[in-house]
Amino acid sequence: MFVAGSQELSLLRFSTAGSVDDGKSTLVGRLLHDSGNVYDDHIAALQEAAKQTKSSRVSLALLTDGLKAEREQGITIDVAYRYFTTTRRRFILADSPGHVEYTRNMATGASTVDLTILLVDARTGVIEQTKRHAFIAALLGVPRVLLAVNKMDLVDYAESRFKEIVHDFTEFSAKLGIKEIKFIPVSALEGDNVVIRSTRMRWYTGDTILEHLDTVYISGDNNLVDLRFPVQLVLNPNQNFRGYAGTIASGTMRVGEEVVALPSMNRSRVKSIVRAGKGTIGDYPSEASCKDAVVIQLENQLDISRGDMLVRPGNIPRITSNFEAMVVWLGNDPMSPSIRYLIKHSTRETKASISAVDYKIDIHTLGRIAPGALSKNEIGKLSITTTSPLFLDSYDHNRATGNFILIDPASFQTVAAGMVLNRGRSILGVDNSESTKSKVHFHREVPLVTRAERESRFGHMAITLWMTGLSGSGKSSIAKGAERALFDQGASAYFLDGDNLRQGLNSGLGFSRQDRNENLRRAAEVAAIMNDAGVIVICAFISPFQADRDAARAIIGEDRFIEVHVDAPLETCEERDPHQLYKKARRGEIQNFTGISDPYEAPSTPDIRLETSTLSLPECVESLVELVRKKSSM
Amino acid sequence: MHLSSHLRQLEAESIYILREVVAQFERPVLMYSVGKDSSVLLRLAQKAFYPGTIPIPVLHVDTAYKFPEMYEFRDRVAHEIGFKLLLHRNEAALAAGANPYALGTQQCCAYLKTTALLEALKKYDVDAAIGGARREEERSRAKERVFSFRDRHGQWDPRNQRPELWSVFNGKLGKGESMRVFPLSNWTEQDIWNYILLEEIPIVPLYFAKKRKVIVRGQSLIPVLDHDPLTRNGGVIEEVMCRFRSLGCYHCSGAVRSNADTIEKIVHEMLHVKTSERATRIIDFDTDASMEIKKREGYF
Repeated sequence: MFVAGSQELSLLRFSTAGSVDDGKSTLVGRLLHDSGNVYDDHIAALQEAAKQTKSSRVSLALLTDGLKAEREQGITIDVAYRYFTTTRRRFILADSPGHVEYTRNMATGASTVDLTILLVDARTGVIEQTKRHAFIAALLGVPRVLLAVNKMDLVDYAESRFKEIVHDFTEFSAKLGIKEIKFIPVSALEGDNVVIRSTRMRWYTGDTILEHLDTVYISGDNNLVDLRFPVQLVLNPNQNFRGYAGTIASGTMRVGEEVVALPSMNRSRVKSIVRAGKGTIGDYPSEASCKDAVVIQLENQLDISRGDMLVRPGNIPRITSNFEAMVVWLGNDPMSPSIRYLIKHSTRETKASISAVDYKIDIHTLGRIAPGALSKNEIGKLSITTTSPLFLDSYDHNRATGNFILIDPASFQTVAAGMVLNRGRSILGVDNSESTKSKVHFHREVPLVTRAERESRFGHMAITLWMTGLSGSGKSSIAKGAERALFDQGASAYFLDGDNLRQGLNSGLGFSRQDRNENLRRAAEVAAIMNDAGVIVICAFISPFQADRDAARAIIGEDRFIEVHVDAPLETCEERDPHQLYKKARRGEIQNFTGISDPYEAPSTPDIRLETSTLSLPECVESLVELVRKKSSM
Repeated sequence: MHLSSHLRQLEAESIYILREVVAQFERPVLMYSVGKDSSVLLRLAQKAFYPGTIPIPVLHVDTAYKFPEMYEFRDRVAHEIGFKLLLHRNEAALAAGANPYALGTQQCCAYLKTTALLEALKKYDVDAAIGGARREEERSRAKERVFSFRDRHGQWDPRNQRPELWSVFNGKLGKGESMRVFPLSNWTEQDIWNYILLEEIPIVPLYFAKKRKVIVRGQSLIPVLDHDPLTRNGGVIEEVMCRFRSLGCYHCSGAVRSNADTIEKIVHEMLHVKTSERATRIIDFDTDASMEIKKREGYF
């Protein structure tokens, strides 16, 4: 049951969404059961229940159906939390049931999660409700969605059906701006691809749901750039100590650096960062970052209280009393323009009134509809005016400082949840709207030399050749040959080699699934920068998964990304075995070796396929160079 | 050994919640039950306000049926950490002889725990009571809020709870209303033990295995206490190597067979545990036999 002792585990929060008949309870039950996270006494209870209904198998859905009984009693449950562990991660699952109040429930569950599992029934595919759930996940800034195509057993485990659904959802979700989408065909009832790899869908070689949850890279979600420290409490235990307690909402704070206190705009330096270490003995780290709960001492005595915020002089949020936001209405009573609500944003609280409703979203069609007061479970874009200014970032830029709630001043109920949009001017004239347009967390400089100018000087377009293939298929040899040939023809070309990157930029990364994802992400970012500098980049990476290659394509840009499949049968590669890696993998000395103990997903529609078992090296190089000349208009 | 990243994150989130309570309420108290979760909660409160001391009083609602070791431990910890300890018992019910044999566990809890708690909160005019409950503990807690709203009568109305998004907690209260706050909501039993191990937090010795006098009844080991003759009824008294996985009143705390006499051994034992915390927890006295006793003493 308790699989891990005190080893290094990371925490992943996720939620599930799907319509009632998509098998959500069964999926969650299956996940808990097959990962060994159900206690014996609970399994015994399920077996007893099965006996009573004379059913031949236990219903895993019952594991999570404490809620069902309550629903039948008419009790509203918005989110139930479940906890389980693997050897790698601790999971917190926000399980939001509810047909009726799905918007409110899902928004609540989604507000803190790193990932949402969205279920579709393989028979019905992407339906209106799937779109609605995906929209709410995107609205609440969930960084990644896992689309679990369930009930594959009822469509004969057909790859074609899975592909149709992948296609439909990809087309729909393009406009939602979800950072990462993963598709997995499963049968929760039979257990296929939930925890245990399916033997009935050999055509699918990607992760199971648990493998994905275990390895998906989430550390990059933390905003480590924009320092935002909302002061929670002033600690003044004795005359010698005055400190500001709080949790760093984003960014990193270092001892000695200059900070600005908002709203006073007074400046000081960080004198010390204090927290209680083991045994409540003082610990004084030189820096603290995002999510750390600390106490900050400043060099000067400033007048700072709860609700103030410490930031960096060059990186100030919008300080404003007027802003626009997407708002989900949660209260029983509809919104009223005449009510002055209480608004809570980070640790700051003031009064707010709604000055305009710009539009409402029709949750069924996801289209905009005519403005009007929001009622429970409705979503709309509002303009809000506050009594005193707030320190705002846009929600898509900073989830921690872009959210707020509205509280009814009479009942004190939480009646709305809001996500700040990035328009509007700061009253102090600091207009960050330019920087917040970009998805990165800092101001993007606009250079005086453009890529087009560089390209015109070099005489070719800057593109990236992404060479994928098994170890020993010949990627590096062809890449090196192409680099030489292109250089000799006057082009600016560079071979970006995986092993070389791993010795420098990526030296901290290992070979776990998530480290390999990150390795490729960084490689793609480097290639994108080099393209920006006008250089043709030739990347040679095994990159076995289509999802990773698609992610690289997204970073580099559709029009610059050329997928090259260096194709040779496994036997041929194993025979060549230039670095004796296959031998080691066969002996079990190397884990997760592509082709041996890990799958390779061949690209279905590469820009070029080089069959190195039939073509010679010069022939391969020539075909590749020819393609480059065409694609880069050399 | 250092805290793993998930424990550090849970710790930081709990500290944030504790600080929110002190910032948002006027007369909060920290509920203390002397158990392992309470011990973790105390440590987190020490950390949240470091280098200051715990700025709010600590309240122990006592049933008078706690193990003697628990009272000793409570007083020692209060002395060592130096917080203000408030105590309360439902004296009226105790004077009338309330115990689980006479009343059944549910009724006994209602008088000695629930009523006593409401009395205490009223007596000290508490607007927020911080408790150590965890959502993982049992199904009904899975949906509990971190800030759990109580109406004027101290009642929990599931239909009247506030949605909790992000880490914004709404602690606004009308007259007579109050809040229960659960900073350990997202911790599991395993997290608690690992944290106790890594932080070297003192806990009641009852959690460690040693030879204890018990009555073996099925899977349950029911403790026998020298000073309370009621605990001798109903079976043969044996000496068994055992420990308590969770602690409450001695009438209602079952021990489990174990040789784990250090925290390391307890953590190790937890790695292989196959039953839920609750399975060994409550000894249900509401059986036909206890019903008979209840009827016999029906004057209550």
